[in-house]
Amino acid sequence: MRTEKSPSGPWGVMASFDSPGQLLSAIARAKQAGYKDMEAYTPYPNEEVIEALGHHHSKVPLLTLVAALAGGCGGFALASWVSMQAYPMNIGGRPLMSWVAFIPVTFETTVLAAGLTAAIGMILLNGLPEPYHPVFNAPGFERASQDRFFLCIEATDPKFDSKEARSFLSTLHPIEVVDVAP
Amino acid sequence: MQDHSTTFMPPDADLERIGRRGLIVGIAAAAVLVAGAFATGNQQQFFRSYLTAFTYVLAGGMGCLGFWLVHLLSRGQWGVMIRRILEAGAKTIPLLGILFIPVLFGLHSLYEWSHKDVVAADPILRHKAAYLNETGFLIRGLGYFVLLTGLAFVLTSLSRREDETGDPAVSHRMQAIAGPGLIAYFILLSLAAVDWMMSLTPHWFSTIYGFLYVISMGVTGLGFVILMARWLGPEGKKAVPFQDRHYHDYGKLLFATATIWAYFQASQLIIIWSGNLPEETPWYVTRLHTNWKWITIAVVVLNWALPFFLLLSRDRKRRVTRLAPIAALLMVAHWLDIHWLIAPAFSPSGITFHWLDFVAPVALGGIWFWYFTLQLRKRPVVPVHGPYLKEALEVSHAH
Repeated sequence: MRTEKSPSGPWGVMASFDSPGQLLSAIARAKQAGYKDMEAYTPYPNEEVIEALGHHHSKVPLLTLVAALAGGCGGFALASWVSMQAYPMNIGGRPLMSWVAFIPVTFETTVLAAGLTAAIGMILLNGLPEPYHPVFNAPGFERASQDRFFLCIEATDPKFDSKEARSFLSTLHPIEVVDVAP
Repeated sequence: MQDHSTTFMPPDADLERIGRRGLIVGIAAAAVLVAGAFATGNQQQFFRSYLTAFTYVLAGGMGCLGFWLVHLLSRGQWGVMIRRILEAGAKTIPLLGILFIPVLFGLHSLYEWSHKDVVAADPILRHKAAYLNETGFLIRGLGYFVLLTGLAFVLTSLSRREDETGDPAVSHRMQAIAGPGLIAYFILLSLAAVDWMMSLTPHWFSTIYGFLYVISMGVTGLGFVILMARWLGPEGKKAVPFQDRHYHDYGKLLFATATIWAYFQASQLIIIWSGNLPEETPWYVTRLHTNWKWITIAVVVLNWALPFFLLLSRDRKRRVTRLAPIAALLMVAHWLDIHWLIAPAFSPSGITFHWLDFVAPVALGGIWFWYFTLQLRKRPVVPVHGPYLKEALEVSHAH
């Protein structure tokens, strides 16, 4: 839950830039100035921006690994149980525990569990679905999916003061600085 | 057009030094190999060890040519920084052709189908004699090396022209050749695997065997490329400005190649196991129901299971000091893989390692490495006018 410092003030202050390079130097300057709660919006994924914001470590890979291992063990266990306990059948004289025949099932359940976990985990850890987000109140924000690069300092930042943030962002040569209504 | 900062001259003195070291070690090992063959009087063992070493060291040239073709075809920045290593590797193919000659003298020691009396008594071999005969073996062997050398030389001369002129038409021409070139590469090396390795057990056949061997060479070759990239990079001689993101790409490629090797291995096993046909299963009976099974387990663990989990980590792929040991592990593991493909044909009842098996790859590898360094010294260490060089050299800001 976000706790806002001044319930009447803006949700954040947002500056827009022309290029990822400007955005990157703006992030670096804002960090130097002591701001912590900020988010960037770019038209395409940019690894350097992600690293600059410090969003490096996501839990999705670990979740995917755990799910893959569980899926693989589960698939192999299911195939073994079916062949040895539930429906023991003699197929061409092969042993009941025919692990070679279980490889495709094991592989498929591994990929299935890993794939679903990666996709669903990514959606949930991103906080989706989220029907309302104040950032869309910023005028001109639709260009975040076209050709503009946005940096938003959020009101939850301990150092946040909307006036100060506005004047600070104005020093970074943005195209425009706007308040984001809550 | 070239100023001093963009000439990217190779670290000549260092390359000469390690090349000479490779040559000395290689010749010494070759002397031991030949002396050992005469001293023990075991001509058969000499040829068996030699064949294993030859099919293994071949990866240095063929693995590099394969990835060079893939890079030329797919374009992009990922391969730009290692392209000269790949090119130098591809230019060693003529030497590998010369190293193939001793195999021809060992046909009778190696291949059952080369004995006329055995063929006459065996209806299956009589049937296969149209393909499996000494003349065919010789002509095809010559053909593989002539065609692949030709491919490597056409591309190398275009690459030299690209360096001189920077003409984008030359780069496009290379891409146009790489497509059919890659198809020819796979077909030729698949047939080579059938001739040199699969025909050791001439009754047995597997259609994926050639791919399996080509992918195995890809892993060995890429492992070597990563070690060279570490040596040339900021952690080594500082001749090529590799960045973590470049090494990340090679780490991902190594991961993918090692995994597709496991995928092909599993495919071959599942199909032969399911079919359960008497002419197909003996190959696996030897490898799974004698003490070869321990080598089989080691081959699967070292070539896939262990590197797979090690390479899942992002940091381990990005830091070359951590990636290089995994690349070295895979190179050794694929030597074991080749031994596992070949040696059970001569010793179906159980594990065999002769000391010549360990000397032969050092001999061929050392001599090959010396020749490789000669090729690498001839050109700038990156393709100075190649496509995407500027993008590849761009330093990321985030560090």
